[in-house]
Parts: sequence; C-alpha cells; structure tokens
Amino acid sequence: MKIIVGVSLVPDSTTKVKIGADKKSIDENGVSYILNPYDEFAVEEALQLKEKNGGEVIAISYGTDKAKEAIKKAFQMGAEKGVLIKAASNDFDTYSAAKNLADYIKGQSPDLVLFGKTSIDFDGLSVPAMVAEMIDYPCINVVVKLDINGNDITAEREIEGGKEIVVANLPAVIGTQKGINNPRYPNLKSIMASKSKPIEEAAPTYTGNKYEVIEMKLPAAKAAGRIFTNGAADVPELVKLLREEAKVI
Amino acid sequence: MSNKILAFVESKDGKFKNSAFEVISEAKKLSGELSCDFEVVTIGSGIDAEAENLGSYGASKVLVVDANELNSKSKFSGTQYSHSAFAKVVAETATKESANIILISGTGLGKEIAPRVAIKTDSAFCQDCVALHVEGGNIIATKPVYAGKSMIDMKFNGDKILITLRPNVFKPVKSGDAKAAIEKVDVGSLNLNDKDFGSAVKEVVVSSEKLDVAEADIIVSGGRGLRGPENFHLVETLASVLGAATGASRAVVDAGWRGHGEQVGQTGKTVSPSLYIAVGISGAIQHLAGMSSSKTIV
Ligand SMILES: Cc1cc2nc3c(=O)[nH]c(=O)nc-3n(C[C@H](O)[C@H](O)[C@H](O)COP(=O)(O)OP(=O)(O)OC[C@H]3O[C@@H](n4cnc5c(N)ncnc54)[C@H](O)[C@@H]3O)c2cc1C
Ligand SMILES: Nc1ncnc2c1ncn2[C@@H]1O[C@H](COP(=O)(O)O)[C@@H](O)[C@H]1O
Repeated sequence: MKIIVGVSLVPDSTTKVKIGADKKSIDENGVSYILNPYDEFAVEEALQLKEKNGGEVIAISYGTDKAKEAIKKAFQMGAEKGVLIKAASNDFDTYSAAKNLADYIKGQSPDLVLFGKTSIDFDGLSVPAMVAEMIDYPCINVVVKLDINGNDITAEREIEGGKEIVVANLPAVIGTQKGINNPRYPNLKSIMASKSKPIEEAAPTYTGNKYEVIEMKLPAAKAAGRIFTNGAADVPELVKLLREEAKVI
Repeated sequence: MSNKILAFVESKDGKFKNSAFEVISEAKKLSGELSCDFEVVTIGSGIDAEAENLGSYGASKVLVVDANELNSKSKFSGTQYSHSAFAKVVAETATKESANIILISGTGLGKEIAPRVAIKTDSAFCQDCVALHVEGGNIIATKPVYAGKSMIDMKFNGDKILITLRPNVFKPVKSGDAKAAIEKVDVGSLNLNDKDFGSAVKEVVVSSEKLDVAEADIIVSGGRGLRGPENFHLVETLASVLGAATGASRAVVDAGWRGHGEQVGQTGKTVSPSLYIAVGISGAIQHLAGMSSSKTIV
C-alpha cells in the first residue's frame, strides 16, 4: 500500500500571538513550531496501515525550508520517505497549498492519502477535500475510525451530536480527527535512523494566491469582567444580571 | 460582471436549521450592499412548505433539490446521502444560476462540502468567516486564525467567491411574512456521475438525544474542579434548567469523565453561545480558543 501523508508545521498551541511588523502575519520571534497535532494522527494511521498491509509511507509538506521539521517528525515516527515542495515564502493560501500538494500526489498515484483534519494555524479544514477534488479521489474528513477491507473503506466521521458511518473505495483521501489512534512516541532507534534520511525537494507547480490578507489584528478586547466574591450568596445577583443586563437567560 | 449570490441552507428532520436563517439574512444584507440578486438552494424532501417560509428572512426564490431523488443516483446501495453529491449540487446550481458568490453555513456539513464546491467552481474560499463587509464594491471577510488568538481581514482575487459563515455569529433577521417562490430542480439536469457519489453516508449514529455544544445557545461546561465524574450531575442539572448543552474541558475528557464530543477548545469544538458557564475550569489558552467568542461568560 502506497500511502502519502500531508504534514504541516504550525506554531505551538501555547504561542502568545503578536502581530508582525507587516500587520499581515504573526511576529515569528520566540514562536516554537510543532508538527500540526492532527497530522500526528494521520502519520500514526499511515504507519499502522503499513505495518498491517506492507507498503511505504511518504510524508509530504508544502512550505519553506522550515517545514522540513514537520517531515523530520514524521521520519522519527517511522515514515520512510519525505518530500518538501518548496514554497518561495510563507505567504501562500490554502488553495495554493492544496494545489501544490495535489499536483505532486497525482504523479505518485498513491492508494491512500492521509491528512490531519485541520491545521491549527489557519484552521482551514479544507486541504483534504480540496486535494481530493483536484485528484479526483473520494474524501472523508474528521475521521475517528478507519476500516479498510480490500478496496472498501468504512469510516466513522464525527459530526455535531454523533457520528456518520461513511463508505468509499480506495484510492481515497482521509482526514484524521483525535480519537482515531494514539500517536506513538519516537523511540531512540527511530530517532537515530531518521537523522540520515534525506528529504527530497520538489519545485512548486503553482505560486498564485486566491485571497490576500489585508490586515491581521488581535480580537477586540472583551469588556472587563465583574468579580463576585461572596460565593453562593451572590447567585441571586448573578442570575438577575444575566436576565436583565446580559439578557441571556 | 454583475454579481449574484447563492446561499446553501440545510434542513434537519423537515425543519430548517437556525443556521439557515443566519445565512439567508446575511445573503440579503450582502445583496443590498452589492445591489445584486440572491437565491437560496436547499436539498431535502417534503420541505417545500418550510422553504416557502424562508421568504420571511428575505428569500424570494428557493431552489429545492429532492434529497431522495438525488440519493437514488448513488453508486452505493443503502446509503442516505453523500457530501460530494451535495457539493456537486451547489456547484452546478451556482453555475446554472450564474451566481458568483456562494454563502454556506459553517456547520459540520457545510464545512465538509464547501472546499469541494470551491474547487468545482474555481472560487476563492474563506472557511469560518465571522464578519463580512463591502468596501469599494469588494467583499472583505474576517476570519479567526491561530485558534481565535488573532483575526485576519481578507479580500478575494477574482469575482468568484465562496464563504462559510460560523454558526451563531450572524444575526437572523426577519423582514416580513412574504412567501418565497419554490423552484424544483430537475436532478437529471445536474450532470451527476458515479464520482460525485465517491463517498456516501450509510448511517447516522446519534450519540445522545442531548443538545450538542456546537449548536447550543447556552452551554454549561465542567472541568477538573468538579473532582470526579460523580459530580457532573451538578453541571447537568444546571444545564437542564437553562435548556443548555453540557460541555467539558480536555482535562476531564482525557480522564474519561466525559465523552470527546463534549470537549470545548482548540482540539475540541469551537462554540459561540450567548451564555457560557464554566464550572471548575481554569481557562487554559487552549480552552479559551474554543469559547472566547461567547457573548457572556460566567
Ligand atoms: C495541544 C493542546 C491542545 C489542547 N486542547 C484543549 C482543548 O481543546 N480544550 C481544553 O479544555 N483544553 C485543551 N488543552 C488542555 C489545557 O491546556 C488545560 O490543561 C485544560 O483545559 C485544563 O482543564 P481544566 O480547566 O478542567 O483543569 P484545571 O486547569 O486543573 O482547572 C481546574 C479549575 O477548577 C478550579 N477548582 C478546583 N476546585 C474547585 C471548587 N471546589 N470549586 C470551583 N472551582 C474549583 C481550579 O481553581 C481550577 O481553576 C490542550 C492542551 C494542549 C497542549
Ligand atoms: N502546507 C502543507 N503541507 C502539507 N500538508 C498540509 C499543508 N497544509 C495543510 N496540510 C494538511 O491538510 C490538513 C488540513 O489543513 P487545513 O485545511 O489547512 O486546515 C493538515 O492537517 C495537513 O495534514
């Protein structure tokens, strides 16, 4: 089974966001980057499928040199091949990422393409379905359980208040959600082995953007809160304010 | 080129979702600002009467695609609906109606079909928009990024645009009691093929009859401060008194006290209810990421 996993590098979720000098992106000073948490589920799922069915796992990222860190993390977990499609700068939109990934993936004709359900930076929840459209594969995203039997896929997809049981056939694109598996911690042996693995580089096939960021701002500050200090004795006052002032109950 | 807006709205069990009214109201507002027409498309069965009532939010024409008829084209047997087929319906309708601006509610379904529609119609795409305005004839969309820690204003290259609107953020506005004209769409005219049914939903499993956090107007969430799953009845009682949904912090979900479906935050659900009551939750940045846009927080 030939499996391609899309991996992206994102700011750690504890990052305190400061707006950069261009007022269009974040100030990268002091920001630490990690493999997008949802992509760890995708890499793990790929590795488990490979261990069961044989084949290879290729990690691929569209980004600048820095994105190699995401591929290295996939190597440490056990991916055998890594490809960086090299973007000229970080200034690319979701469409552009999807298009470059799709063009590369198409040439590889994988049996399965795995992505995280969303990247925690721009929270697009888009790349998996966009790539699938571009390469004419079916796509199931937000998957918490994946069964593959021959060519038949049965997946459980999380929705509001429940789950959908979705069917499709290979080849396909799957987006992974928390709950699908428990990503492994790299062991010393795989960390050592990963050091000598080369990362292949590919040229981008598309460099346009479909949208432009005009401005990045911090969210409007909330009005200062009110503090009640008398415990349960303040509940009637709180209820009154929620009714009469906030008008929410 | 002159603009035209198409709004895709969802129904559930024969009724339109609140998100439908939000999207139509926003479509109406935008059509006023751009001085252009707007139409609504929906997929459902036995919803014509309800669809007519969308007129009260300003829709003058609603295109109705029969869900059963659509599903009968599926290559899989025994399935109920297909996200990819829904995407095809929206894309084909936009093309046929010459609509260049598409608005979709950012529900689970909406967010799943929108990226596909964007590719099919070659539109510039904004997922999860929380504010829209028009500046010099151009649409500017605001979208939270980095888990709501910052916001971007974006403009679109070209005149084909698709935007999903975050539920519970845009106001539904009733503008009268006019009836919308219903136009039945001939499913045969939608150029459907097997690829459009590439994935299909066999079964929907409702995890509980309880209101889901993502759709609730009031949420009561519990955290580690509750000390144990046996104390969550306090949260549940308050929620049932308020007609609220129950939520949870990751700490209690990871501890197995509550199901993952209740988790609010960066790796759980993003919610923006009118009232969010957090009980025994410390307010970690990843928790805030999921609920800081709530109107009132206790
Ligand atoms: C990548 C990543 C993603 C994450 N995603 C999420 C996410 O989606 N959602 C999420 O919630 N967290 C998330 N977290 C975890 C987050 O950082 C916190 O650990 C978590 O939110 C803490 O949960 P808590 O507030 O219930 O527990 P605690 O932080 O332990 O807070 C318990 C609170 O209860 C109070 N308390 C104790 N006793 C009482 C009492 N008797 N009466 C009243 N109050 C009391 C305490 O003062 C404290 O404020 C994530 C973390 C990471 C690293
Ligand atoms: N630049 C990228 N390179 C590789 N994979 C990506 C990239 N951007 C997004 N992805 C993948 O697509 C998933 C969803 O991303 P998004 O649609 O941007 O939220 C992520 O979890 C990744 O698996």
